[in-house]
Amino acid sequence: MQAIDTTWVLVSAALVLFMTPGLALFYGGMVRSKNVLAVMMNNFVAMGVVSVLWALIACSLVFGHDAGHGLIGNFSLAGLGGMAHGLPGFGHSGASPLAIVTFQMMFAVITAALISGGTTDRIKFPAFVLFISLWLILVYVPLAHWVFSPGGWLAHRGVLDFAGGTVVEINSGFSTLAVVLVLGRRRGWPSEGMAPHSVPLSLLGVGILWFGWFGFNAGSSLAMNSVAVYAFINTALAAAAGLLGWLCFERVREDYATSLGAASGAVAGLVAITPCAGFVPPMASLLIGAVAGVLCAMAVRLKFRLRYDDSLDVLGVHGVGGLIGMVLLGLFATRTVNRAGANGLFSGGGFHLLSLECLAAVVTVVFSFTVTWLLAKAVDLTIGLRVSPEDESRGLDLTQHAESAYSIGGMGRIGS
Amino acid sequence: MKLIVAIIKPFRLDEVKQSLTELGINGMTLAEVQGFGRQHGHTEVYRGAEYQVDFVPKVRIELAVLDDQVHDVIAAIVDSARTGSIGDGKIWVQPMDSLLRIRTGERGPDAL
Repeated sequence: MQAIDTTWVLVSAALVLFMTPGLALFYGGMVRSKNVLAVMMNNFVAMGVVSVLWALIACSLVFGHDAGHGLIGNFSLAGLGGMAHGLPGFGHSGASPLAIVTFQMMFAVITAALISGGTTDRIKFPAFVLFISLWLILVYVPLAHWVFSPGGWLAHRGVLDFAGGTVVEINSGFSTLAVVLVLGRRRGWPSEGMAPHSVPLSLLGVGILWFGWFGFNAGSSLAMNSVAVYAFINTALAAAAGLLGWLCFERVREDYATSLGAASGAVAGLVAITPCAGFVPPMASLLIGAVAGVLCAMAVRLKFRLRYDDSLDVLGVHGVGGLIGMVLLGLFATRTVNRAGANGLFSGGGFHLLSLECLAAVVTVVFSFTVTWLLAKAVDLTIGLRVSPEDESRGLDLTQHAESAYSIGGMGRIGS
Repeated sequence: MKLIVAIIKPFRLDEVKQSLTELGINGMTLAEVQGFGRQHGHTEVYRGAEYQVDFVPKVRIELAVLDDQVHDVIAAIVDSARTGSIGDGKIWVQPMDSLLRIRTGERGPDAL
């Protein structure tokens, strides 16, 4: 075990945890002022409930010994026990097994939190908590085992996904689509104005996400080596190119370069580079980021045409950005960056890697959407997903949490 | 006595206050308000979705004056608030039946 590798993974874990409050600010700024605490609270509660479930059981189902056919892990690491023998299949890594699964805990937290961007303004708080708890076990855990555990069937076939283009990005995007189709649109959408109440909050949130993403991607090398350095610079460049790509699209299409567009473009670039970060050269990152910036700017407009209320564009940015990253990885991957990787189409590897990446992307889309839809339907039929029309109109801050984000004037008296 | 109410563009407020002070007006009340007239609102764009914002921010000034001050006060406000473009605002004058200074109990013009 190398102290420097463990150190890097632990620092990265803290960086990734910090992304979730960043996401909360990003989302909080984009909703109306009556729902800002509720959506931020959905993010914060994920830091609570997902962390606990991860330690108790989810970690073992992802990284425990494969229980058969690469589909799911067993209970060998339940309660974070059994670490003395190392993580199955991670013998090459110098980082401590407990550090690796702590780092991975933060991935599960933010992936569950991402879904709140679609369900905001209308989901009951208890229903959200129940939904993400079950979703963690039924959707996130199997996918994470397939891709992140060396014993998983997709990883075993040679699928490359450096930091979660499938498990985090495509998964959150298409899970969000499924749950919003069950949940229905916000009342009044799309005719009623639902403009962001504070774009400055969103900009600060994206700054924090950008910062934390260095841990997310560069930490995924699980070692302090040259691959980590490639992942780091690739993350920076893709975010920059994504920001510029989205702005160029807006300037040409609508005559304005908006600040929310700049922030969204940076996130799109970061999403797309996530599966590629430790496998592609820096100049490819610029291209991947720019393509994601433009295509995601186009994708977020689809919901108005197709009439699904993915309120804060989890599908348009994370789902589409993840798909772009997986496909472009099949083109740009090169073993000169990472000897443990593979060569893509442009590095003489032929179509082999590209077809594997497309397979993993399609599997993720189908699995995430189908299982999440069934789960959302089940929660809706039992405890109900949605608040009453009156509560929706009064706002979720007041009706779900008995709080207001902003108060003008008197605060009332203590006591009843 | 008359109550003069003026709706003006917010960025002209300093000039209006300056010119009224030069006239010897020693009090006014103002509020930030929103509204629309011939100048309709504006458009905002968030991720490609266009929002029509109907109400435009304005400043509303109220001041109580003697009858023989009305003409000069209106002229001063027009001079200082006018930009010549749409949305410069309006001024109207209302009769004022009585006026009272709370601290001293003075009434009428003495309370101005």
